[in-house]
Amino acid sequence: MSQLSTITETLISGDGEALQKLVQEALDAGIPANTILNDALISGMDIVGAKMECGDMFIPEVLMAAQAMSESVEILKPLLADGQSSVVGKVIIGTVKGDLHDIGKNLVKMMLESAGFEIIDLGVDISPEDFVKAIIDNKPDIVGLSALLTTTMPMMKKSIQTIEESGLRKNLKIIVGGAPVNQAFADEIGADGYAPDAGAASKLAKSLLQQ
Amino acid sequence: MFTVIGERINTTLKKVQAAVAERNAEYIIDDVKKQDAAGATYIDVNAGARIGHEEADMRWLLEVVQSATQLPLCLDSPDPNILEMAYGLVNKKPLINSISLEGDRFESMMRYLAGKDCRIIALCMDDSGMPKSIDDIVGRARSLVAELEKIGFKRDDIFIDPLIQPMSVDIRNGGIAMQAVATIVSELPGVHITGGLSNISYGLPQRRIINRCFLAMMIAHGFDSAIMDPLDKDIMALMTTADMVKGNDNYCMKYIKAVRAGKIVA
Repeated sequence: MSQLSTITETLISGDGEALQKLVQEALDAGIPANTILNDALISGMDIVGAKMECGDMFIPEVLMAAQAMSESVEILKPLLADGQSSVVGKVIIGTVKGDLHDIGKNLVKMMLESAGFEIIDLGVDISPEDFVKAIIDNKPDIVGLSALLTTTMPMMKKSIQTIEESGLRKNLKIIVGGAPVNQAFADEIGADGYAPDAGAASKLAKSLLQQ
Repeated sequence: MFTVIGERINTTLKKVQAAVAERNAEYIIDDVKKQDAAGATYIDVNAGARIGHEEADMRWLLEVVQSATQLPLCLDSPDPNILEMAYGLVNKKPLINSISLEGDRFESMMRYLAGKDCRIIALCMDDSGMPKSIDDIVGRARSLVAELEKIGFKRDDIFIDPLIQPMSVDIRNGGIAMQAVATIVSELPGVHITGGLSNISYGLPQRRIINRCFLAMMIAHGFDSAIMDPLDKDIMALMTTADMVKGNDNYCMKYIKAVRAGKIVA
């Protein structure tokens, strides 16, 4: 097994200490930091996301892998040259107004971060106007809306409408998720994408940026 | 007595939603009769999932459900207008689901509750979101009970929901819930404590065994009600047994009766 694939395997197993040691060894052997990041760690989290999506990995295992990854990224960060950083795109994420649930949002945030996205987390109970303001301030590629309650689902529609009316929809993808949300609802309210879980969300975000 | 709030008449469940959309009374009546026979104390009725249809769906459901059972109902909606309409249509003192400390909702629910003859589920949620510690839960429970007592609620009519959160995202969540329940029981004697059981197991495999284990542990700490599926025989058997072991079942009569009825088989 190559050094990179050993790193990937160790990341998936969630063993943070072993992972840091392997990353250091790879660096010592002359493998560039960005190669380790992209071809071992981020690609490993893609596998974690896929395993989560099909039920082979459970949330605590995914959290362990993500934690292990972020510790190892700290080792790589100082060695990554500007422009070589891992950022594949910028995402604003938040739970819509009237809804204070954050577990699902936080899982999606973690998976997107692990996939190399820069995340701006607005938190919970975010009004359509606050999403608009954050879009103006941060110019994201993607906006992620979360809702856990059937009663706050209409607020997703309202948020998308308000973003559209502000003329900010161009060059911006909007994705939605949360327990009561499904693809049909996402289509109905004009979202660009829906994902049923955090693993799928990361895949969706990447595919939207490739369009 | 352990209060079982039967959670099955909820339009977020696909089959219930279809039955409500088709006005299939037979399906609803059959389900409610089963929950009643299985030992439900309240039948929760939630008509919120078909956006724009809640009022008509709630109205229809209340009529159908009450034709099937003598049990009191748990009226489940975030909208005080729907709850107002529903309150006028029930035959027995209902349990209202729910009030919380979230800004506008708290004020409008307090106006709604004032002067009504009902019981209330009070969620330990405020404007800052889900509780993150034992102190968050207990502090919010204290505020909710104080406010509800001000408008004339007796403690026996207050069901505190500590908002159970999944083990999968934070391994402390079970301990926080149990410790909070124990503290509320000792600080606010007389109130009931309830909650949705299945939240604890979100994100983990074989969820039913987690739910059962957690229920037993929560009952040990003073949890005396749950929003649950009364048709889940295993969890009902567990509930009856744990409540007996806790000392809430004089001479173990409920336990023995349930065994004789074939509801508990070891």
